[in-house]
Amino acid sequence: MLELLSHPWPWYVAGPAIGLVVPALLLLGNRQFGVSSNLRHLCAAFSSGRVEFFRYDWRHVGLWNLTFLAGICAGGVVSALLLDVGDVMISPATREALVRIGVTDFSGLAPSEIFSWSGLATPAGLIAIVGGGLLVGFGTAYAGGCTSGHAISGLAVLDRASLLAVLGFFAGGLACTWVIVPWLF
Amino acid sequence: MHNPSDRTTDDDAGRASTGLVWYFLIGCIFGIVLIKSEAASWFRIQEMFRFQSFHMYGIILSAVGVAALSIAILRRAGVETITGEPITIPVKTMGWGYRYWIGGALFGIGWALTGACPGPLFALAGSGLGVYVVAIGSAIAGTWIYGMLRPHLPHY
Repeated sequence: MLELLSHPWPWYVAGPAIGLVVPALLLLGNRQFGVSSNLRHLCAAFSSGRVEFFRYDWRHVGLWNLTFLAGICAGGVVSALLLDVGDVMISPATREALVRIGVTDFSGLAPSEIFSWSGLATPAGLIAIVGGGLLVGFGTAYAGGCTSGHAISGLAVLDRASLLAVLGFFAGGLACTWVIVPWLF
Repeated sequence: MHNPSDRTTDDDAGRASTGLVWYFLIGCIFGIVLIKSEAASWFRIQEMFRFQSFHMYGIILSAVGVAALSIAILRRAGVETITGEPITIPVKTMGWGYRYWIGGALFGIGWALTGACPGPLFALAGSGLGVYVVAIGSAIAGTWIYGMLRPHLPHY
């Protein structure tokens, strides 16, 4: 038990735990698991009403999800304060490949050459953090969902639209990994 | 386009606020799992897109499997929500699917760049990687830009 708290969690523990979020939200109030909707709710909260996509009662429709999102953030805080978050246990092959493209810092969940305040001030940092963030926000809004909404909830009910979205996720992710990421370091 | 998760059966604000703490707690657990399983790690996402480990695929596949099984069980048992409403799962309208594969690909690029999808962005920021707040702000801006461009984008 204590080992589970101090070591990274294996996929067969994490996956089912994530999967159970789906029925939990359904039972609580027929809520569909989908984190990216929150980006829309946050826009709506600050929208003056001129953009139709954000013209809806975000409090009525999205408060449960924004609360869920606050929970995710709190979970991050709890993990950092109370649980052990050591070096990421990636495969030697990946580590080697990343060393070859110039990654030097493997401590923490993301390479600090880019994912740090000093990293943000570099062209690579701006591309990865700001550019990447913009694409995450635009892409999930256009696709109507992210991994939680499409890859997990959507695929769980064999939704064809979600399958197409997931294929898109991978096409984009693969292209970026092989073409753009090597240039970042 | 109507977003399926916009539906709500909760009309009573009072009832909604007592239920809210449960969403927070489940979100908390989800956030912890994202960090502890390293699913929120840029390194793990690289590993996934390089096909050099089963870890991320194991997480996603077993999550889908458990979700699918749970939904099947809920349907079979005719279970309702804790407040007595029926559980319904909408299916998205497909058309030619441009929004799904184009939007999906754009998100995929962002996913590989930031090493995170929306949930992990917030978990990472909470865990102390403050710079991810900038990624979050950019993501909100990206959604905003979509909202502005939406009338000009194909959705069929």
